[in-house]
Amino acid sequence: MKNDTTVERKSEREVVITRTFNAPARLVFEAWTKPELMRRWWVPKSSGLTLLSCEMDVRTGGTYRFVFRNPSGPEPMAFFGRYLEVSPHSRLVWTNEEGGDAGQVSTVTLEDRGDTTRMVLHELYPSGEAFDAAAGAYDGMPESFDQLDELLAG
Amino acid sequence: MRYTLNYMVQHSKAAQLDAAFAALSDATRRGVLEQLGRADASITDLAERFDMTLTGMKKHVAVLEHAGLVATAKVGRVRTCTLGQRRLDEVTAWIDRYRQLWSARFDELDQVIEELKQK
Repeated sequence: MKNDTTVERKSEREVVITRTFNAPARLVFEAWTKPELMRRWWVPKSSGLTLLSCEMDVRTGGTYRFVFRNPSGPEPMAFFGRYLEVSPHSRLVWTNEEGGDAGQVSTVTLEDRGDTTRMVLHELYPSGEAFDAAAGAYDGMPESFDQLDELLAG
Repeated sequence: MRYTLNYMVQHSKAAQLDAAFAALSDATRRGVLEQLGRADASITDLAERFDMTLTGMKKHVAVLEHAGLVATAKVGRVRTCTLGQRRLDEVTAWIDRYRQLWSARFDELDQVIEELKQK
């Protein structure tokens, strides 16, 4: 059975995603930091995108660059930024610079619970406007309303 | 992928979402929305239910109304609040799309981890 992914908007410029994995933090961290593993899950099949290249220099101050092809766009697009903190098996912090100054800082925190790991991904945008511009991009994705049902069911 | 789709975003819509998310960041206001999801209520009713002054509740309702999440109408001396359903749908639909992306990623990450465990 799949574990739930929860998303919570914490303020006008930050969102927190939580997920539990059925493995120790060491393995989850490995999947986040090795390019050959990252490229297998970062671009889900349902997104329709193709990952052309994936370069990651995972150390504090190191950079990363992912290049994708979007079937609806002629030009490949790049996602890139810099690792601000790399603490093995517990914490990974990086910038997202493809959007210029509007990019968010992402922090993954792993809490090892033996056979499982609780992951918290925190994304902090420089402003509410930057967040909303990013949020608007999801208009192109398929819809479903189970989160609405949850909210209204209280 | 968010940036490729960004071009389609209309600024006004972004501003509306901003107001709506700010309104939803408060527990009392979320409670008011849940309450109005069950039945319309006057500001006096809401103030009593949430154990709050009339002035305090008026402020919360004004924030929700500004964000389009609540509509109010004055009948005689009573101001009745109803849910502004459409806008709430927009806000939660965004969160749900975001969740779908990450959920799809992590479901594939599960498979990578399963293979690592076999080693």
